[in-house]
Amino acid sequence: MRALLLRDLRLAFRAGGGFGLGLAFFLLVAVLVPLGVGPEGSTLARIAPGILWVGALLACLLSLDRIFALDFEDGSLDLLATAPIPLEAVVAVKAAAHWLVTGLALTLAAPVLGVLLNLPGQGHVWLVASLAAGTPALSVIGAFGAALVVGVKRGGLLLSLLVLPLYVPTLVFGAEVVRRGAMGQDVATPLLLLAGITAGAWAALPFAAAAALRVNLR
Amino acid sequence: MSIWEYANPKKFMQTSAVVVPWVAGLAVLCLAAGLVWGFFLTPDDYKQGSTVKILFVHVPTAMMAVNAWIMMLVASLIWLVRRHHVSALAARAAAPVGLTFTLIALVTGAFWGQPMWGTWWAWDPRLTSFLILGLFYLGYIALWGAIEDADTAADLTAVLCMVGSVFAVLSRYAVQFWNQGLHQGSTIMKVGEKDPLDPAYYVPLVVCIVGFIALFVALVLIRTRTEVRARRLQALLARERVAE
Amino acid sequence: MMPELGKYAVAVVSSYGVSLGLLALLVVLTLWQGRRIKRQLDAVEARQDGGRNG
Repeated sequence: MRALLLRDLRLAFRAGGGFGLGLAFFLLVAVLVPLGVGPEGSTLARIAPGILWVGALLACLLSLDRIFALDFEDGSLDLLATAPIPLEAVVAVKAAAHWLVTGLALTLAAPVLGVLLNLPGQGHVWLVASLAAGTPALSVIGAFGAALVVGVKRGGLLLSLLVLPLYVPTLVFGAEVVRRGAMGQDVATPLLLLAGITAGAWAALPFAAAAALRVNLR
Repeated sequence: MSIWEYANPKKFMQTSAVVVPWVAGLAVLCLAAGLVWGFFLTPDDYKQGSTVKILFVHVPTAMMAVNAWIMMLVASLIWLVRRHHVSALAARAAAPVGLTFTLIALVTGAFWGQPMWGTWWAWDPRLTSFLILGLFYLGYIALWGAIEDADTAADLTAVLCMVGSVFAVLSRYAVQFWNQGLHQGSTIMKVGEKDPLDPAYYVPLVVCIVGFIALFVALVLIRTRTEVRARRLQALLARERVAE
Repeated sequence: MMPELGKYAVAVVSSYGVSLGLLALLVVLTLWQGRRIKRQLDAVEARQDGGRNG
């Protein structure tokens, strides 16, 4: 399993495998929004939590179809399916690799972009905390979506359509944590619910994704 | 004689051929009666004026939009557990009907909200969760359309339906987090309690609900019959190609 | 014949209109698809039976 994780990470860093891409997209969103909305500090501060979360979500979406598609095309997914480790674990490892490459990077980059968007100082802690708690869910939900459409040619748009509604609870709670954090309110409830969704998604979705992969490899 | 016999396509086609005209007749009868009654013969509400007449379309379609998804969930589970093809095809047949009902509920809600709340649309929990439900229907239909192999498509959409159900419920509670919203609670189950729905509205509303249920059943049966035929057509064409 | 709808007439009539329109569209599409598939299936079945007997 560790070998698989390392292999996925290596592939992501080599060949421009989408590692920089998601981050660059996140940066672009954070730069473009003030250009469109105008430079007024108070307005930006109010919409910053939502913009940052939507940006992170879309950046995550960009690299989803790479989770399984390349392995499916060159046949290594068939090998993984017959390997001694269960397919559920393969899904979990691949989702974890995706998170390390995109979610973690987004989480670490977010405070810088928060400054660009004039996010109040006390919000930064909660921005990082909510992204750290929420982006793993984005990766594993995305892995499930990618497993569904792995057999579809040019499934990118379809993947977005399937995955975006599934992202709604994570987005709502995540942005709520940052909004409350920035205003100095209590963040415990949305943060716990966000973490709960992440934990539940990681517990259940590898099984659903593995089931979908088995159907697609049939 | 068990209920599973109807999962046999042949038996299903025979039975549904008999049932469809009756259900469709009931749907037309109830809808015509209920909607005419609701539109022409109900009094105006003292607060909401004549907009209360929208109730007779809005409430039944909203109910059936949710119920259609539940029916798809049950049909998907039956398909995954017992591998009855009719069940998978029924789930597929129900999705466009559910999507249309969701759309009607949203549009009539907008027409109702405009004079009452002063806005066509508000990011209210109920409205938002219906929009999300519509997105789930779209994704489900798109996935059916994208995959060529019929059994693969049935399996994958069934998995999507199950996962989607969980997330639809989660979204429903997530958006409730914002605020209580503009949309009032349901009054239809309040008969016998205080502040019930007036009988002048209650009776035609029930007629309409029965009508929309019958319409849903009739449409799903007809569409499932079409899907069964389409599947047989595919099989025959495949045989022809092999024979050549 | 038309009931007195007051100032909300537009909202009420258009919501009924849109709803009935969408329903009619759904019903027509359903029936049309059903007919089309049935016709195709009948044609293929007749052809294959004919081929076998002839």
